[in-house]
Amino acid sequence: MPGFDFSNYNRNAALHARGVPLPKATSTGTTIVGCIFDGGVGIAADTRATSGPIVADKNCEKLHYISPNIWCAGAGTAADTEFTTALISSQLELHSLSTGRKPRVVTCMTMLKQHLFRYQGHIGAYLVVAGVDPTGTHLFTVHAHGSTDKLPYVTMGSGSLAAMSVFESQWQPSLNRDQAVKLCADAIEAGIWNDLGSGSNVDVAIITADKTTLRRNYIKPNERTAKLRSYVFPKGTTAVLNEKIIPKGDLGKFISVEELTEEGGDKMEVDT
Amino acid sequence: MPSPFSINGGACVAMVGKDCVAIACDLRLGLQALTVSNNFPKVFQYGDNVFLGLTGLATDVSTVSDLFRYKVNMYRLREERHIAPRTFANLVSSSLYERRFGPYFVSPVVAGLDPKTGAPFICGFDSIGCIDFAQDFIVSGTATDQLFGMCESLWEPGLGPDELFETISQALLNAVDRDALSGWGAHVYIIEKDKVTKRLLKGRQD
Repeated sequence: MPGFDFSNYNRNAALHARGVPLPKATSTGTTIVGCIFDGGVGIAADTRATSGPIVADKNCEKLHYISPNIWCAGAGTAADTEFTTALISSQLELHSLSTGRKPRVVTCMTMLKQHLFRYQGHIGAYLVVAGVDPTGTHLFTVHAHGSTDKLPYVTMGSGSLAAMSVFESQWQPSLNRDQAVKLCADAIEAGIWNDLGSGSNVDVAIITADKTTLRRNYIKPNERTAKLRSYVFPKGTTAVLNEKIIPKGDLGKFISVEELTEEGGDKMEVDT
Repeated sequence: MPSPFSINGGACVAMVGKDCVAIACDLRLGLQALTVSNNFPKVFQYGDNVFLGLTGLATDVSTVSDLFRYKVNMYRLREERHIAPRTFANLVSSSLYERRFGPYFVSPVVAGLDPKTGAPFICGFDSIGCIDFAQDFIVSGTATDQLFGMCESLWEPGLGPDELFETISQALLNAVDRDALSGWGAHVYIIEKDKVTKRLLKGRQD
């Protein structure tokens, strides 16, 4: 459970009441997809992060680690997807350590939905949860308000319609691994080209019973062409009024460090 | 009333170079159109090679910079070592997300060199702690749009310390000249393996 600190809440609410707009968070106006295939599941995402109309990050990571066999793709408020997945990942690790079992995808999905429902949609995390566990292959979507879906192929984010159009026209029951990866990548590309909130590259994660493969920048259809001219300024272009070299101090500037010798003093007891 | 991010004004930018990083900020503190001070630096040092730039609401810039001074001092006492830029970035991120529902109105930028490998490290955040790990440059403040344009055109990979200084200075200076709320001089830090050079730039005073 995160302990949120509300000490600035009243100040910000008072400011908002006087007509101050809310701060704009980085959002992943995103395309994320997932698709089950024979023997596993694949998820994919684009890599654009936006802040209003500005592209804040051209190559961000939207595929989040939950456990070795469970991965999550996130859309919505970027900070929320990052921290909720990290939180659930941590809780799931402790849960699997205490039960001595491998984490299950349903457990992960349930923990996510219960966490998000408690916050009534204020945590803006829209997730695709995928994984393979001892009970089989699973693919879910979790919405910020806590609702979930269980489907063979899913899309989310602002590019979900573009991506779903690919799935609805090309998906078929019983796909093999390569077909599923191609289908997921094509769906993301549909989002990259047709949705303004999505762009840059395609990331793919393929999860099977024996291993997970993360293909970061699986497709890079938007590589920047090299500049034809260098814009490096000659030295001395900028007028400088004052220059100071800050030397790098050692640790002793802040605390005193004493090296312990082998002979001197009692040796620290170490459990054997 | 304007957004809390644009009451006081200010701009900050960080860039990666070859075995070095640079971080720079303007010096203006204003109250909407009225300039109150032309000596309000927005870059703070938290170790030999850990720097934090903070733009946004000035009261939060001061509060947050002091909060991290406290947190970094506590880290140093507990761990008996300096904080690494990447660790510091995660500290900033989790501290901001803790206030998810009552944020500080700041847009932080972290710049530094990895103490072990000497690899350049820069990253930026939104006000609720989402990290933007960039390989090239990070911008923040009221001149964000202008800085994005300047950096996207001037920056190139593999700039040495001197070239990086000229590039970041020209990017910042020319960006803030097109932003009414930023400017009035600038501080530029060039962080190298063995030294940090801090320069005060001559900028327009209007």
